[in-house]
Amino acid sequence: MLLRVIVRNCAAIRLGCLGATILLVGLLAGCQGGVLDPQGPVGAAQRTILLNSVAIMLAIVIPTIVATLGFAWWFRETNTRARYLPEWAYSGRIELVVWSIPILVILFLSGIIWIGSHDLDPMKPLDSQQKPLEVQVVSLDWKWLFIYPEQNVASINQLVVPAGRPVHFSLTSASVMNAFFVPQLGGMIYTMNGMTTQLHLQADQLGEFYGRSAHFSGDGFPGMQFVLHAVAADAFDAFVNSARSQGQALDKASYQELARQSIDVPPSTYRSVEPDLFHEIATQGVPPAPGPQAGRPEPSVSPATGG
Amino acid sequence: MLGKLSWDVIPFDQPLPMIASAVVALAILGVLAWVFLAGHFPYLWREWITSVDHKRIGVMYTLLALLMLLRGFSDAVMMRSQQALAFQAPGYLPPDHFNQVFSAHGTIMIFFGAMPFVIGLMNLVVPLQLGVRDVAFPTLNSVSFWLTATGALLVNISLVIGEFARTGWLPYPPLSETAYSPGVGVDYYLWAVQISGVGTLLTGINFVTTILKMRAPGMSYLRMSMFCWTSLAASLLIVAAFPILTATLAMLTLDRYFGFHFFTNEAGGNMLMFVNLIWAWGHPEVYILVLPAFGIFSEVISTFSSKPLFGYRSMVAATLFICIVSFMVWLHHFFTMGAGADVNAAFGIATSIIAVGTGVKIYNWMFTMYGGRIRFATPMLWSLGFMVTFVIGGMTGVLLAVPPADFLLHNSLFLVAHFHNVIIGGVLFGAFAGYTYWFPKAFGFRLHEGWGKLAFWLTLIGFYVTFVPLYAVGLLGMTRRMQHFDVSAWYPWVLAAGVGMLITTAGVVAQIVQLVVSIRQRAALRDATGDPWDGRSLEWATPSPPPVFNFAALPHVEGEEPYWSIKQRAREQNRLRDEPDYEPIEMPRNSPTGFICAFFATVMGFALIWHIWWMVALGALGALATFVVFAWRDIPEYVIPAAEVARIDRANRSARREALVTYTGPRP
Ligand code: HEM
Ligand SMILES: [Cu+2]
Repeated sequence: MLLRVIVRNCAAIRLGCLGATILLVGLLAGCQGGVLDPQGPVGAAQRTILLNSVAIMLAIVIPTIVATLGFAWWFRETNTRARYLPEWAYSGRIELVVWSIPILVILFLSGIIWIGSHDLDPMKPLDSQQKPLEVQVVSLDWKWLFIYPEQNVASINQLVVPAGRPVHFSLTSASVMNAFFVPQLGGMIYTMNGMTTQLHLQADQLGEFYGRSAHFSGDGFPGMQFVLHAVAADAFDAFVNSARSQGQALDKASYQELARQSIDVPPSTYRSVEPDLFHEIATQGVPPAPGPQAGRPEPSVSPATGG
Repeated sequence: MLGKLSWDVIPFDQPLPMIASAVVALAILGVLAWVFLAGHFPYLWREWITSVDHKRIGVMYTLLALLMLLRGFSDAVMMRSQQALAFQAPGYLPPDHFNQVFSAHGTIMIFFGAMPFVIGLMNLVVPLQLGVRDVAFPTLNSVSFWLTATGALLVNISLVIGEFARTGWLPYPPLSETAYSPGVGVDYYLWAVQISGVGTLLTGINFVTTILKMRAPGMSYLRMSMFCWTSLAASLLIVAAFPILTATLAMLTLDRYFGFHFFTNEAGGNMLMFVNLIWAWGHPEVYILVLPAFGIFSEVISTFSSKPLFGYRSMVAATLFICIVSFMVWLHHFFTMGAGADVNAAFGIATSIIAVGTGVKIYNWMFTMYGGRIRFATPMLWSLGFMVTFVIGGMTGVLLAVPPADFLLHNSLFLVAHFHNVIIGGVLFGAFAGYTYWFPKAFGFRLHEGWGKLAFWLTLIGFYVTFVPLYAVGLLGMTRRMQHFDVSAWYPWVLAAGVGMLITTAGVVAQIVQLVVSIRQRAALRDATGDPWDGRSLEWATPSPPPVFNFAALPHVEGEEPYWSIKQRAREQNRLRDEPDYEPIEMPRNSPTGFICAFFATVMGFALIWHIWWMVALGALGALATFVVFAWRDIPEYVIPAAEVARIDRANRSARREALVTYTGPRP
């Protein structure tokens, strides 16, 4: 009987499948830049976990949806062939099955969660022959500061890393919370003032990858974006050399200037960085960046006065 | 004298909010003028504003919810249209405005749309289903409602006077601290939510007491309807969770008003503490919303399948299971804040365990339909739409509970799609099912089926067309709360979501038309017997609308489906039960306490927002005085004479007798 119900609903199912296919094709076609098109080991592993989890769940979700619609249709009032069981409200065996199915799925998934969380712990260094590149990330209102402590240069709203080499990020915020996110490399992580978070990523191929803040941080939030350039090792050296040869030095004074609120800041570089600046920011050796009242006598109370 | 208040705070130079609020203000003034001029005010005051009748309060809650859903919905339309216009362009809403819109949207939808909707339905139905005359504390109930209305009013005042928060519906510090949000926006948020939160907490206490202490004779716990069970669970969650919210927001308030440093960057403040605390409330909150909806679906699916609920005890167990586990999962909202692998894994597993309870419920509803005779009336359509939609939302929820997957999806539009999937597909569909299902109980006539079905299909399709693209664009890395964006791959999906918004708008219009048409055709849609759907629980044993005292004589409950067994016996014997011995009934008197108290609370809240300290004192004293006066009342109740009770009951009995005679369905 159930089978017949399912056959009868074939048209609906086919329509659903068609929709899903269109969506999937659309997604894969327009996929460049997304989390389903990873360009590094972390993103790839996370995508695998994502797809596996979806597949496991779909295995029960699809039958459940089909059965729901099937039951509803077959037992419609006007169907004289359907059996009416006006008193039927309990069956121990069905109860057993009903509790076991979700429990089994969740048991299985729990394994994935436990192992995945440990394997992909953002604090865990990546397996690699190469020593990771150190990058210190500071979210400011409203731009990203990337400090290369070993190279002693820094950049704003652009991140250049050698492809194929792991990168170890230490992250903090100069003012409010943000989240560092490069969708194609995986592993989003928050930045918070007075705290340091850690993240390990790697880009496998050369390329330019979009990155941005994922946590709302105020008026300039949409512009808190950057391009991550994964380049060859010599190109990275060239980038460092050209950064060293031009632009300002990032010392306490220019940092104070930088920490002021500004919107849609174009990419730029600093020729040098005061030693330990990141540490000072993260431990509040330099005070947290000021908010909107800096330079404004009156606290704004209305959208009319902006702020 | 007037604190921070001055003419500058009214955004005269911004046409959009000015026109919108002018229209709203004119409409309100028009209604008020009509009420006074046509002489309706005494009626409104006597029968509604000062009413302590749980049914009236339930109706007012629902009305407030519907109005606020409309307001929140117009915010949604603005956000979707702004993003559709803001690809590599500024759009029409500048950031400071856009950021208020999404903050107000979330706040209004959760606190003043969804919450009053489910609480309103609880108010209307729970005492009826328990077979009692009112809730445990009727005047307190009225206070709860009016305090909720105060919160809603404050949020809407911010449209014209000053600004609303620009920090999202949960104001994460340090962004919400004075240093980064010096305006009054966050203060509007804080006081609106605090004041209405008091109302919600009182509701929780009221319903826990009512359900634990005031059931009809013979109604043991395991004979309560499923909706009463889920309302009990939600009320317990309110009592346990809302104090956390109050305390958390109080700490943020101390930070903002007195320079404390609970959550600031400086002086040892810890913003992560806020995040922990707010989600320790926030996750239970989502179950406070969805559990009553689960209860509604249980009632509706069983009624329209003409069968008892399958696996009742299993459903009770699943409800209590969800209730408890929902307090142990809050960290899944910030897997990406860098807790270690052990912590993330533990909370991820705990989170997915909740899905077991939900899964069990879905299967039990399925087997409730199995062997049934399903009538596809509007409430049943909402329930079926829910079952399909919620399974998908639950699946994406469990996906987000897998930390490595959440590292890719947190704060993306995928997350936004998840929670709309469960809140619209779960809470809202449930509320709409309950609204169409119990509307005849509240007003004595049914809602128009044709328009109801149209509204359902438009809303369902609109939902999918809006949120499937958001799932997709979330997978493409688009994050939430963006006033404009520059990535071209996102653009088509954002446009598609905009189209979905149009379809949903049509659904909203259909819903409004349904109400208007139904009111005009109320004679044809009349529910004469009080049992329009062939119901099974006790609310259907009362006339529609029920008299103040609900039951002429309290029913004696002998099973899980008390009204169904009464009805079956009547069908078997082809006669109604014997007339009870009518006795005079004592009912609580009306009281303006709630309204006056809320008036002073509004004054106080407004004054606190604007730092007008003398007015704060005035409001606080006024509210206190109201309570004192109420506490000293001498005549709390009035008596309805037995003859009056008999008259009302006999009228209903004769309608039911007629229905029994003309009944053609199966007889036991
Ligand atoms: C099957 C059960 C569910 C699971 C496993 C689940 C899981 C999750 C997870 C892991 C998140 C956090 C994702 C992130 O921030 O990255 C989340 C967010 C959310 N969920 Fe669910 N969820 C479930 C059901 C629900 C229900 C029933 C509701 C509401 C009625 C709900 C409302 C929300 C909301 C409002 C948020 C996001 C809040 C915000 O960040 O502003 N969820 N859910
Ligand atoms: Cu949660």
